[in-house]
Amino acid sequence: MEFFKIGRDIPFMRYARIFNIISVVTFLLAVVFLFTRGLHLSVEFTGGTVMEVAYSQPADLAQVRGTVAALGYGDVQVQNFGTARDVIIRLPVQQGKSSAQQSEQVLTALRAASPDVQLRRTEFVGPQVGDELARDGLYALAFVIVGIVIYLSMRFEWKYAVAGIIANLHDVVIILGFFALFQWEFSLSVLAAILAVLGYSVNESVVIFDRIRENFRRYRKMSTVEIINNSITANISRTIITHGSTQIMVLSMLLFGGETLHYFAVALTIGILFGIYSSVFVAAAIAMWLGIKREDLIKTGRKDGDPGDPNAGAMV
Amino acid sequence: MNRYPVWKYIVILITLVVAALYTLPNFFGEAPAVQVSAGKATTRVDGGTLSRVESALRSAGVTPQRLTLEGSSVWARFDTPDTQLKAKDAIERTLNPDAADPAHIVALNLVSRSPAWLAAINAKPMYLGLDLRGGVHFMLQVDMRTAITKRLDTLANDIRVALREKDVRHGGISREGNSIEIRARDAGTLEAARRVIADTQPDLQVEPTPGAEPRLVASFKPQALQKVQSEAVKQNITTLHNRVNELGVAEPVIQQQGADRVVVQLPGVQDTAKAKDILGRTATLEMRLVDESAEGRAAETGGAVPFGSEKFLERDGRPVIVKRQVILTGDSLTDAQPGFDQQTQQPKVDLTVDAKGGRVMRDVSRENLKKRMAIVLFEKGKGEVLTAPVIQAELGTRFQISGSMTVNEASDLALLLRAGSLAAPMEIIEERTIGPSLGADNIDKGFHSVMWGFLAIVVFMIAYYMLFGVFSAIALTVNLLLLVAILSMLQATLTLPGMAAVALTLGMAIDANVLINERIREELREGASPQAAIHAGYDRAWATILDSNVTSLIAGLALLAFGSGPVRGFAVVHCIGILTSMYSAVFFSRGLVNLWYGRQKKLKSVSIGTVWRPDTDKPLAAGG
Repeated sequence: MEFFKIGRDIPFMRYARIFNIISVVTFLLAVVFLFTRGLHLSVEFTGGTVMEVAYSQPADLAQVRGTVAALGYGDVQVQNFGTARDVIIRLPVQQGKSSAQQSEQVLTALRAASPDVQLRRTEFVGPQVGDELARDGLYALAFVIVGIVIYLSMRFEWKYAVAGIIANLHDVVIILGFFALFQWEFSLSVLAAILAVLGYSVNESVVIFDRIRENFRRYRKMSTVEIINNSITANISRTIITHGSTQIMVLSMLLFGGETLHYFAVALTIGILFGIYSSVFVAAAIAMWLGIKREDLIKTGRKDGDPGDPNAGAMV
Repeated sequence: MNRYPVWKYIVILITLVVAALYTLPNFFGEAPAVQVSAGKATTRVDGGTLSRVESALRSAGVTPQRLTLEGSSVWARFDTPDTQLKAKDAIERTLNPDAADPAHIVALNLVSRSPAWLAAINAKPMYLGLDLRGGVHFMLQVDMRTAITKRLDTLANDIRVALREKDVRHGGISREGNSIEIRARDAGTLEAARRVIADTQPDLQVEPTPGAEPRLVASFKPQALQKVQSEAVKQNITTLHNRVNELGVAEPVIQQQGADRVVVQLPGVQDTAKAKDILGRTATLEMRLVDESAEGRAAETGGAVPFGSEKFLERDGRPVIVKRQVILTGDSLTDAQPGFDQQTQQPKVDLTVDAKGGRVMRDVSRENLKKRMAIVLFEKGKGEVLTAPVIQAELGTRFQISGSMTVNEASDLALLLRAGSLAAPMEIIEERTIGPSLGADNIDKGFHSVMWGFLAIVVFMIAYYMLFGVFSAIALTVNLLLLVAILSMLQATLTLPGMAAVALTLGMAIDANVLINERIREELREGASPQAAIHAGYDRAWATILDSNVTSLIAGLALLAFGSGPVRGFAVVHCIGILTSMYSAVFFSRGLVNLWYGRQKKLKSVSIGTVWRPDTDKPLAAGG
């Protein structure tokens, strides 16, 4: 089997401007959504209590809401979770009341209203923990960015590092934009997915950069644009197949993983799709505009005597 | 050119055998078991307990499949839940004759069904997190400010006593926030006070504060502050251990996290209300006077207990009649340390109470000289007299219990005294409860995600790359095997996000094989001989694989360093998976390819699916 029967190099870089305009627009939209709608942060970040209860019959949400509201909780969210029989209840942090009392009190009230209710899970996070998690999340993000920039600068050159990280941060912002737009719940596992995607899609850029470096060595007569086009074309089948395989796994998680892994898998899906796009079109194009050259990567020292080198005349 | 030296095959073989061995326990499932552990701080579980359990089972006519002493608990494994229940009753009857005051925790538990020889090489199944097995998780924060002020209150009192002894007339001592202020009328007195404090309190640093009213400000030295904090956490953990014991949980986890936090995990516990109640309880230690009236004495030998008194047992079983009125609770007790009496060289226990407790103690002891004071520890709502010494002198914030004790008894007593109280209050800042049905659901979900995704990838790889797809699929299987083996070896906690990481890591690991296979196809397309193509394919792909795995690893390490809870579970598996994937996808799969194709000198073709060539003969790179 061979899906990719490509005879000539595809002139990706001819369309670099268009792709980047699309990128910038998507990016700006994501930023706008982030600022206007904000993220729907999970209880892990905001603090509060989440209870998951199961009924033997499809649950009457209005009744559950009424029961909980009667306890004096103002801002209560009651939703179905997965199936019609599972209900998730979110309670805000209440001053002067311990978590223990909150969930017990709610459960007792629910039992009184309908004895077949069963507690599946409770989760309480104090407000101090939430702040810390948000801070640690930002630290982790910074660590990943700095680490990847340093590594790519060492292995390639700073231009590649900058191109790679810009392209992939743009993925991160776009994932966040999706979560803001649809008000999907942003939890710790989504954060983990985003950081994993960051490491993963930088891979994609690295694979292409690797090929660019190799081609610089092999085809001395090609221009930078031709080299980039050839590198992307040569890699396109690997890119699609690899990401396809990863996506198969993520799809499996989306189908079988249940509610807990749902948004984790969603974040990965968006990350993988945009990861391909950004590494192929954005990272390579930024690297091109930053002016990557053969000389930056090949430090053999023999600069004269190569008539094919377009920059040979620049020697002083 | 595509041959491995023999030692590389030996390395591969050894890795596979070891990985298979350590993965094995995961397939045996779990058998019902009864776990016996200490129910009180005063009970020890050792070889004696083991033989008592053995004889109890024998007399009940129950034969355990295996009976072992592991760490500080005795495990008895059974073939069916019925015998397990029967055995539990039998053990319970023998070890805890007084049902109201059990000395041992006899809990139903599950234990791996893997054979003894696997246990002997320390091969255990993966350790499942709470979200997979159900249970309660608490994170408690120790209120350090209270721990420090409590300690400073004690020290302020000590300074007061020391200054009085040295006849330094101060103008008042008080604790202000995190420091102690000592006022004096003139500079000379202040200097004398400073010297006394420097001599008697090595933990404090003293600084004179100039101003209208000359003062000394004493505060903790940084190291001392750290010591106070770490001891507060340690003492709270000891106390929590004792309290958790009351719940009869099979394998509680009580760990310090960070500087001032304690994580408590109680697998299998469903009654969270009771758990929270017991963890959050305050004092369990009380000091009361012994009733030494005639009626009280009579009651010790079997008479009626007089009104206003209670009967408790001492640890050796002797009854003691104690007045109901409580002098002090464990809250006032700040420290208890074993030591030796300077004059008699006998073991003793030094007790320290806070300033308020010291005042009460002084008054009570003055009025009750030569009388006995009992220290009662309440466990499971039942009191036990730890000791009932005679008050020999007027007591203050510091006093000692001495006489007729061995060194071991003194240290046990000190531990028990400390265990009764919390060094500082704690607050639950995180709580998670997972019902058992949800745990089982989560295992199913995680397992299905991995299995179906894995199968889909394997089918695709074989269809697309033919024999090389088979090699890749075997390499991926080995990757999974190594991952499970390492997780089992490390006994790292497997959570649902961890299972997601297994799926994701496998999905990403196939990248390395795709890179290699595509590279080989490309070399073939450009007209390389099959052997040269395989060689070049692996060689050229390696640099790329390394680079891409390092960037993934950076992200994984960041998650490990800054993540907590579910994120950490994900990160551990992710990082291990990246490492195993490099081994299996490159080193191992190359071994397979070499074994299959490496020997054939005149290899005409390789089975790697379609190698499509553009209709022209010119190399692909010439386009553009």
